[in-house]
Amino acid sequence: MKKHLLALALTAIAATAAHAQANDTLAKIKSTGSVTMGVRESSGVLSYTLGDGKYTGYHVEICQRVLADIQKQLGLAKLDIKYQPVTSQNRIPLVQNGTVDIECGSTTNNQARQRDVAFAVTTFIEEVRMAVKANSGINSIKDLNGKNVATTTGTTSVQTLRRHERATGVDFKEVYGKDHADSFLLLESGRADAFVMDGSLLAGLIARSKNPADFKIVGEVLSVEPIAIMFRKDDPAFKKAVDDSVIAMMKSGELAKIYDKWFMQPTPPNGVKMNMPMSEALKQAIANPNDRPMEAYAAK
Amino acid sequence: MQWDWQVFCEDTITREVQPRCFGPGGDITYVEWMLSAWGWTVSVSVLALLLALLTGSVVGTLRTLPSSPWVVRLGNAWVELFRNIPLLVQIFLWYHVIPALVPALKGVPGFVLVVIALGLFTSARIAEQVKSGIQSLPRGQRYAALALGLTTAQAYRYVLLPMAFRIIIPPLTSETMNIFKNSSVAFAVSVAELTMFAMQAQEETSRGIEIYLAVTGLYIVSAFAINRLMAFIERRVRVPGFIAAAGGAGGH
Repeated sequence: MKKHLLALALTAIAATAAHAQANDTLAKIKSTGSVTMGVRESSGVLSYTLGDGKYTGYHVEICQRVLADIQKQLGLAKLDIKYQPVTSQNRIPLVQNGTVDIECGSTTNNQARQRDVAFAVTTFIEEVRMAVKANSGINSIKDLNGKNVATTTGTTSVQTLRRHERATGVDFKEVYGKDHADSFLLLESGRADAFVMDGSLLAGLIARSKNPADFKIVGEVLSVEPIAIMFRKDDPAFKKAVDDSVIAMMKSGELAKIYDKWFMQPTPPNGVKMNMPMSEALKQAIANPNDRPMEAYAAK
Repeated sequence: MQWDWQVFCEDTITREVQPRCFGPGGDITYVEWMLSAWGWTVSVSVLALLLALLTGSVVGTLRTLPSSPWVVRLGNAWVELFRNIPLLVQIFLWYHVIPALVPALKGVPGFVLVVIALGLFTSARIAEQVKSGIQSLPRGQRYAALALGLTTAQAYRYVLLPMAFRIIIPPLTSETMNIFKNSSVAFAVSVAELTMFAMQAQEETSRGIEIYLAVTGLYIVSAFAINRLMAFIERRVRVPGFIAAAGGAGGH
C-alpha cells in the first residue's frame, strides 16, 4: 500500500514538473537542448517539404533565424531542431499538448484560435482572391453569376465565399476539391470557372502549372488574413523572445530580404518563381509590427 | 477538455448562436447543414447499393453459367477490373478521366458519377459473393432442376438463386454496411456529404472533437440501421431447417 502511495506521489510530482515545463518553452529548450518546429508538407512557399524529411520555406527560414537568436539568448552551445510535419487538422492540438514548440506553417491568426494558442507578430498577410482562366472574361465577383466556383474543403475560404454569396446576391455554384492541387485541376479541366483561395497558394499553383500564361489572378480581395508563427498560450517569455527576434529582422530589413528570396527569386527544388511583390498590407505590418487577429482587419 | 455543443446551433455565416437551432427561419445552422450532409451520404449509399445489387447479381449469376465460357470470362474480367483498382482511384477516373474521353459525360453531376463508381466497385464484390453462393449449392440441385424439365433460366429463378441468396445474406450485410462507410470518398469529388461536412465544419468552428463525434454517431446509426434491416430480411426469408444457424430456431 505504501509503495502504491509513493508511486502515486512520484507520478503527481512528475506530472506537475512536466506541466510547469510545458508552459515555459524557454526552460524546456534549455534543459533538453532541442526544440520541435511544426512545418507543413505543402503550404505554398510559406512552408513545404523538399523530401527526405527536409523542410524549407519563408516561414521555416524565419523560424530558423528566431531559434538561432533564442539559442544565443539561452547561451546554448548546440540547439537541435526537430521538424514535425503538421496538418490543418492537427496543428493546434499538437502545439497545445507540447509535441510542437513553434509552428511555422501558414496558420491564420484569428480570435477563435487565440483562445487556444498564441501568435507571434504577423509575418505574412494573405489576401484571398480568385484564379481564372486568362481567356474566361471573369474579372470580378459579380461576373460569377451562374458559374461554378471551386475552393478546397477544410479551408476558411469556403466560409468567405459563402459570406460573399449572401452579401452580394451573386448566385454561383460551389464545387470543392479535396486539396489545393485537386481544386486547381477542377479549374484546369473546366469543371470550375474560378478557384477562390489564398493569393500565395494560387500564385504557387499557377507558377507550377503546365501553362502559367493560361491563368490569372483577378478580382477584389475577398478577405485579408494575417498569417503568423504559432506557439503555446500563456508563455510570455517565449512570446517576447520570438517577437523580439522577428521585430529585429523587420527593423533591419532582413525580413524584406527573406521575402524577396522566397516570393521574387527562383525557389527550390525546381527554380519556380512566384513573382508576388509584397502587398501594401504586409508592408504596413512590417512598419508597425503587431499580432492583431483577422477580425481586426475585417473591421477596417 | 471543455465541451461546446452549442456550436451546432451557430449559423454558418456569422457564427452566432441562433434562437432556433433547427427549422425554418434564420440562417442555416451547423446542425441543419450536418443533417443535409447526412441526406447526401444516405442518398449516395442507397442508390449505389441498388446499382451494386442489380449489377452484382447479374454478373455473379452469369459467372456460374455452365456452358458459356466467354460470358464467364467476361464476368470474371468485370470482377477483377473493379476489385483491383482502389476505390478513390476509380472515383477520380469517373470524375476526371472518363469525361475527358467522352465529352457527353461532361455535364453529368459529380453525384451521379460517384453513385456509378461506388455502385460498380461494390458490384464486383457482390458478384463474387453471389457466385460463391451458387457454387456452394450441391451440384445435384442444378441437375435435379434440369431433370424436371426446367430451362436454365427457370432452374436459376426457382431453384438455385433463392437458395444462394439466403446463404449469402450475412456477407451481403457487411457489404451494405461497407457501402455507407465507403461513401465518404464522395467528398473528393465535391459531394457535400458527411465527411466533407466534418472536415469543413471543424476548420470553421475549431470544435473538431464535437463535430467528429456527431458525424461518427450518424455513420454508426446509418450502418446499424442497414444491419438491422438485413437481419430482419434474413429472419423473414429463412427456410426452416435449411441453415441451422439462422436464428437458432430452425434446427433439425
